[in-house]
Amino acid sequence: MKLVIESLSENESFARTVVAAYITRLDPTLEELADVKTAVSEAVTNSIIHGYAGKSGEVEIVCEIHGQEVMVEVVDYGVGIIDIEKAMEPLYTTKPEWERSGMGFAFMEAFMDSLEVYSEVGKGTRVVMRKEIGKEQEK
Amino acid sequence: MQTKMNAAHYELHQNCLVIYVTDDLDHHAVTQLREYSDRLIDAGNIKHIIFDFTEVGFMDSSGIGLIMGRYKKVMFLGGRAAVTNVGEVVNRIFSLSGLYQIIERYDTVPEALEGLQKSRIKQ
Repeated sequence: MKLVIESLSENESFARTVVAAYITRLDPTLEELADVKTAVSEAVTNSIIHGYAGKSGEVEIVCEIHGQEVMVEVVDYGVGIIDIEKAMEPLYTTKPEWERSGMGFAFMEAFMDSLEVYSEVGKGTRVVMRKEIGKEQEK
Repeated sequence: MQTKMNAAHYELHQNCLVIYVTDDLDHHAVTQLREYSDRLIDAGNIKHIIFDFTEVGFMDSSGIGLIMGRYKKVMFLGGRAAVTNVGEVVNRIFSLSGLYQIIERYDTVPEALEGLQKSRIKQ
């Protein structure tokens, strides 16, 4: 599944809702659904706020299902991240004046099984997240 | 006093502003909420803030930024902030963010109104 949205804040809820609908076939718990929605929301918001910094651009959301695992990729062609390690530190933000909490990447990490961030300054950023659905039910 | 706006409606109980959030609390909703709530706070006479989550089914880190930002504004006036009617989904976000270390949680708005008016135990 591939979804392309304009970098407008009103598209954030649409993006996470589409991903949530896409993974319902895996029969996720409400908690798993909320986890994925939060992670997608964080990644898409990052692209809009930081990647494009309010300018217009496109955010791509690619989803794949392999077995019980969902892979979500969020891509922008914005400014990129200078220091990924620093950006991923909890509470670190380059936009304190916008009251960003600096928890975006921390939430993605907490709510998904894995998180990879690739970025090139001036080219853009690609975030790849994976989560196995149904782990909780087996317990 | 009662005011309805995008993403929330507002009530003023003495010196306490109650913000009933009526939408998913993401970056988009936050941009709509922030300006109006700050206008109310800056107009004066507001000491405490309560955010009610009865109608909120989803929240991300943008919501944390909103609450922290408003808390910082009233903190300097000796005010406090509380959250009420927090569902499971939102509760996980609050717990993970450490928000409960500085913001009080009550079941209902009346309980929060009462709790915030009581002075804290002095050291």
